[in-house]
Amino acid sequence: MKQQESVLEKVRKEVEERSGQDVNACIQCGKCTGGCPLVAAMDLLPREIMLYLQQGAEEKVEKSKTPWICASCFTCTVRCPKELDLSRVMEAVRVKILRPRGITGLNPKDISPELLQDVPQQALVSSFRKHSR
Amino acid sequence: MQYLYYPGCTLKESSAQDMERTALDAAAELGLSLIEIEKWQCCGAVYPLVEDEYVTLLSPARVLFQAKENPVLTLCSACYHVLKRTNQRLSTDKEARDKISWHLEEDYPGETRVIHYLEALRDDLGWEELKNKVKNPLKHRRLAAYYGCLLLRPEKEMNFDNPERPNIMEEFLQALGAEVITYPFRNKCCGSYLAVTEREVMKDTSHNIVEMALKAGAEELITACPLCYYNLGNTLEAKEGNIKISYFSEPLAEALNLRVQEVKT
Repeated sequence: MKQQESVLEKVRKEVEERSGQDVNACIQCGKCTGGCPLVAAMDLLPREIMLYLQQGAEEKVEKSKTPWICASCFTCTVRCPKELDLSRVMEAVRVKILRPRGITGLNPKDISPELLQDVPQQALVSSFRKHSR
Repeated sequence: MQYLYYPGCTLKESSAQDMERTALDAAAELGLSLIEIEKWQCCGAVYPLVEDEYVTLLSPARVLFQAKENPVLTLCSACYHVLKRTNQRLSTDKEARDKISWHLEEDYPGETRVIHYLEALRDDLGWEELKNKVKNPLKHRRLAAYYGCLLLRPEKEMNFDNPERPNIMEEFLQALGAEVITYPFRNKCCGSYLAVTEREVMKDTSHNIVEMALKAGAEELITACPLCYYNLGNTLEAKEGNIKISYFSEPLAEALNLRVQEVKT
């Protein structure tokens, strides 16, 4: 039991240190999820990401598409009644996955010449910033 | 009024050159002096959201260190967002400030004023003065604002306008003499950089915004963000010509009668 607790603590603390957010403060009200413009494309709700982090369910969070769908629009950030910044939590999860690997989810080779010609520079810079470290 | 102008990467490529050209022409007409910062580089497009990442603060910090006490003005929402948040971080977080100063081999010069072009119009020029300068009021043109995310949120750091009920763009359009349409979703995310990795998701979110604006009776949407411009412009409604997507500076130049001159020369 004690060992289980320490694993749980480790996962949560790592995300908390990087995001600066107290994950345990989340009361599961779902306001983040209700206002999220991208929730339809997510496999776990933003609220569920918080719950699984509280539970130390690292695998569920790391396998989820949700942190990669989050576009850091900060809607949840300005609406959370506990003033938690979920965009920072999502970034901390992405960073945790990215740092040992360098890049994931965006292979420069997969960007078609047509798309490269078409999208604004800003989209490319942001995407690479999101998917690589 | 004099500002250091930070263009950012996207305004120098073809897709957003219209925003820069019309905004600079209008600034000259309105007596706002915009001096482009020398040797600028990309701000990084996104603000680093984890506490232990300092390297990505260097690029926006360079702009602020260079500007010192001079106000820095941007047109692009993303540049505004990144520069303003970096500015705030450096002024309040000693550890970040010391690390950045060490890397840049220069003492922190103190807080800079980072403002968006629309704020210069509202706070420095004033809506009344803008109204007086309008030569070609955009009468009977049903224009609507699209704010997106980066100008508004998080409001404690951006301090730009009310994040849920903004009105700076509506006031701006009113000053130009347009018929202003308001609609829900004007501050809802368009899908942003999912344009690269999740295009269908981006198309859905952008479609919802455009559809709502059309229902409210808008015929043209204005934005300050090249990526929003691209995403909204990729909706079927925009491609079929049912709604026009413009940079905010385009109707401004038009109201000041600058675009007409441009075509003639």
